[in-house]
Amino acid sequence: MHDLGSLTPLGGKTSKTDQIGAIGITEVTTTALASVSCRMGKAQAFATAATALFGGPLPGPGQSTKGDPYGVIWTGPEQWFAEAPFDSHEDIAKTLKAGLGDTASVTEQTDGWVRFDVSGATVVDLLERLCPVPARQMQTGAATRTVVEHMGCLVICRAAGAQFSILAPRSYAASLHHALVTAARSIA
Amino acid sequence: MSQTNRIAGGLIDRSQTLNFSFDGKTYQGHAGDTLASALIANGVRLMGRSFKYHRPRGPLTAGSEEPNALVELRSGARQEPNTRATVAELFDGLTARSQNHVGPLSFDLLAVNDLLSPFFAAGFYYKTFMWPKAFWEKLYEPIIRRAAGLGSLTMQADPDTYDKGFLHCDVLIIGAGPAGLAAALTAGRAGAEVILADEDFLLGGRLNSETLALGDQTGAEWARTTLAELASLPNVRIMARTTVIGAFDHGIYGALERVSDHLPEPLPGKPRQTLWRIYARRSLLCAGATERPIAFENNDRPGIMLGGALRSYANRWAAVPGEKVAIFTNNDDGHRTAADLIAKGVKVTAVIDSRADAPRIADCELLAGAVVTGSTGRLGLRFVKTRTADGRERMIECQALGVSGGWNPNVHLTCHQRGRPQWNAALAAFVPGGTLPPGMLVAGAANGVMSTAGALASGAEAAVATLADLGRKAKPADLPQAEDAPVQITPLFHVPGKGRAWVDQQNDVTVKDVKLAHQEGYISVEHLKRYTTLGMATDQGKTSNIGGLAVMAEMTGKSIPETGTTIFRPPYTPVPIAAFAGRSAGRDFRPTRLTPSHHWAAEQGAVFVEVGMWLRAQWFPREGETTWRQSVDREVLATRKSVGICDVTTLGKIDVQGSDAADFLNRIYANPFAKLPVGKVRYGLMLREDGMVMDDGTTARLAEDHFVLTTTTANAVGVYRHMEFCRQCLWPDMDVQIISTTEAWAQYSVAGPNARKLLQKIVDPAFDISNEAFPYMGCGDITVCGGLRARLFRISFSGELAFEIAVPTRYGDALMRRMVEAGREFDAVVYGTEALGVMRIEKGHAAGNELNGTTTALNLGMGGMVNKKKDSIGSTLSEREGMNRADALNLVGFRPVNPADTFAAGSHLIARDAVANAANDQGYLTSVAFSPNLGHTIGLGLLKNGAARKGEVLRAVNPVQNSETLVEVVSAHFIDPEGDRLRA
Repeated sequence: MHDLGSLTPLGGKTSKTDQIGAIGITEVTTTALASVSCRMGKAQAFATAATALFGGPLPGPGQSTKGDPYGVIWTGPEQWFAEAPFDSHEDIAKTLKAGLGDTASVTEQTDGWVRFDVSGATVVDLLERLCPVPARQMQTGAATRTVVEHMGCLVICRAAGAQFSILAPRSYAASLHHALVTAARSIA
Repeated sequence: MSQTNRIAGGLIDRSQTLNFSFDGKTYQGHAGDTLASALIANGVRLMGRSFKYHRPRGPLTAGSEEPNALVELRSGARQEPNTRATVAELFDGLTARSQNHVGPLSFDLLAVNDLLSPFFAAGFYYKTFMWPKAFWEKLYEPIIRRAAGLGSLTMQADPDTYDKGFLHCDVLIIGAGPAGLAAALTAGRAGAEVILADEDFLLGGRLNSETLALGDQTGAEWARTTLAELASLPNVRIMARTTVIGAFDHGIYGALERVSDHLPEPLPGKPRQTLWRIYARRSLLCAGATERPIAFENNDRPGIMLGGALRSYANRWAAVPGEKVAIFTNNDDGHRTAADLIAKGVKVTAVIDSRADAPRIADCELLAGAVVTGSTGRLGLRFVKTRTADGRERMIECQALGVSGGWNPNVHLTCHQRGRPQWNAALAAFVPGGTLPPGMLVAGAANGVMSTAGALASGAEAAVATLADLGRKAKPADLPQAEDAPVQITPLFHVPGKGRAWVDQQNDVTVKDVKLAHQEGYISVEHLKRYTTLGMATDQGKTSNIGGLAVMAEMTGKSIPETGTTIFRPPYTPVPIAAFAGRSAGRDFRPTRLTPSHHWAAEQGAVFVEVGMWLRAQWFPREGETTWRQSVDREVLATRKSVGICDVTTLGKIDVQGSDAADFLNRIYANPFAKLPVGKVRYGLMLREDGMVMDDGTTARLAEDHFVLTTTTANAVGVYRHMEFCRQCLWPDMDVQIISTTEAWAQYSVAGPNARKLLQKIVDPAFDISNEAFPYMGCGDITVCGGLRARLFRISFSGELAFEIAVPTRYGDALMRRMVEAGREFDAVVYGTEALGVMRIEKGHAAGNELNGTTTALNLGMGGMVNKKKDSIGSTLSEREGMNRADALNLVGFRPVNPADTFAAGSHLIARDAVANAANDQGYLTSVAFSPNLGHTIGLGLLKNGAARKGEVLRAVNPVQNSETLVEVVSAHFIDPEGDRLRA
């Protein structure tokens, strides 16, 4: 067991939470993440292996699925992000690669991203001030890539109208947090 | 006495009295007032001076089309010039000043311009200030701007914030008058997602300005009850104070919501305004109509306003500009103004109707077949001069004149995608026509349906049609009985006469100016607009465009539709630039990216530098160091002497996998990659299609089908995009998958003779990193600090024995602290980008200054790397003759002949005895630094045939700073040219 401590994307020892009016903003650091891309010509074998590994079929465009332990998010043509609890799946890429073999390319993405979960009664009003996704119409599980204040982001609807995850490249953490807090104050 | 001109009734809240000041004098108004209505209620008609002639002016309208009543609103940093008093919502403590005058408003010294008006006709500036040319910028323009400027700014930064937002709906309804409300009711009850936007703070449009009944309610009451129902529907979003400013592509509309403009200042954290982007599947334009004036001599005197505006002020705001009012009209609607005012107890001295067969509607004197030919009153209207049907002149006393020239449908948004309106002779106005923006329907007065009943019905019908288009069934909302009078109008745009009759009051354009423009050949409407400025500025000619066209049509002998229309462009009303910027202002202009060691570096007092969006440590000052050079020199010397650590996370990292990954890299890099063994790193040179160098970096092979490629910091995104393009578009049949991992790994360079010793304290003992086991250009997965997964690369940018070590980013901060601790026994330093730059120049490595988009592999001394045994992007075009000349630029080193001399990057290289000009240019210096190891300045530069000119002495000429230095051409490798150190 190594002895290096970790910092959250915002630079704290523990994840940051904010409550502004009805809006809760939580820096989520408990998820391991890896990208999974289907290899050329291996679609059938990949689908079989992925279904077995993730416990269900892969989500289509604009969708995500939630399983135990893996959640899967469609992120592009023939590409998905798989997420699982960090404590049990820190080495997620190795585990997934073992399960998918040469049907897929797997890349660790855990620390490539900062994730904020936003929730509350006015969460849709918040998202309306951040990105062009139709947050009001998004159903639970809907997921899409978008832009928040110039930052390329991934928005996942965890509970329709109530809770969303926003992922941005990790180095943008402070800027994205600033954007979220500012927008939350604007509607508080 | 307060509010002398306030009458009974209205939709203002008299329980709330608001204090405000105009030109330093305090007044009182009520909640629900605009600044203009409150001033009128206080007997103030004069609100400003005109743009060019400084003529006294008051409000012409009661809405956003206002050309005259422009004021400086608020003070200090929030002072905003050119604000329309007619839409400025009154709040307690509001301060406003009239603008564009020298001396008091009532005695403007620049009114002398009005006396000199014969010299200021259309095209005056163009004709007069042609000579001498040099006078324009320094003399003429500043004086003209001083005289013609509208309001002023305080030059303090805007303290407010502005939001942007994005909305989605089935139907966007633009305008909440009778048509918009009927449409919203119909679509809302059918369950569609509806956005109802209106620029006013009180929704209802003309319903709030008229006395006409809707069923057994007043129009205002019906609007209120309808809005209450709409507000109760969860699928309807009502947006007051929101102007839809433009119809853009793909059903996208821009809308400006004035969130806080009705407050003294925004509430804490709240924006002043929000600029919305509305994605609408369909839209319904219910924007109503704008009344137009009839031009006559001196028709711009304060007190002369549009008939419909007079009605609005009386009915909605309970304010009249004078005790005695006259009406000048060419249509039946003008008579309605007279009737409403009489009902309010206002004395209407006469209705002057240009039609000989004018109907008698209001209970007052009617002058049928008569026209107004002039007016008197220095700072406000006292009399109008009329010519009666029998040709006699008659003066009529009045403090206000309501002018009704007919109503123009607000077609603007139908034209934002090049649609051209069509002339409707019955209305004497343009109505929407031709191709509308996709998905848009128009209803109500905006579509030429002028009666209340017609507007209601057309709104409901349009909503049904729109929903049917979306595959939804709806039935029209049940609508109340309402007025349904036909439009009776005999067009009259101006009363012929000798004096100046104002067509465009905002730009001081007269009928004569339009005629003069025509005489001078400006026959195209677009030329007319630019020559006379008719239709420009904040009102965009909402009250003047048709008048100008009519005069032009008269001159050309053509009809108005044959004469044409100018093009309407967004925005419909002015939008502050700050609203377009949104939150992207000041420090938030763009996001900032922080490195994994940022917090540690900040603790050390590092000086940061912006590298694209990244903040990187530039150097780490230590106590006693007073200049940056001291810090940088120390960092360089310590690294070369022992060991230095540098955060290199910002370099792009791209994970490349797939069975064709090696072949893919072989195609995007000029040098070969297919045979790179697993566990090895290779430097790669990437060319653009045109053969120029695009980027460089190292690529490590972690497995047969797995590579990690690095890019320069600046090109990380560009290279990734290029690779995606290659993968998806050029070679879609290759099995290769790529994804960025730049942020996933914290990567540090550890360089210097003691680099290995330091890392041996970090890397777990199971991994042998001796020179034999882990030689130069080796790489591999390792573990550190007791088992943390990590990657190690034996690569060197500094020229020293060096490694780059990478761990998952969350552990980056801890690893930095651990390495600093482990390096203490070696006097290790952490170095910033300056020291990094010095060391790479000492080593002769090209970087951004050399990879500047104009250099080839040959220029950089790497021509041999473009492998001809395979094909790769840029390989063929790099063979072009011009890029392979014998005197092509080569990258070489430079040192001062006199070691004490310095020189600067950007200097050009000129032969010793040649004149320093472009013809004698031999090349230029790209990178220059002081080398603490050599004790003098060194440089890299591109020199014609430089590789063959070692030892030659040239001049480094810097005409910008007026200096030059004798330099000697040397090898670009100042330190360890044989590379013994990095292989140690």
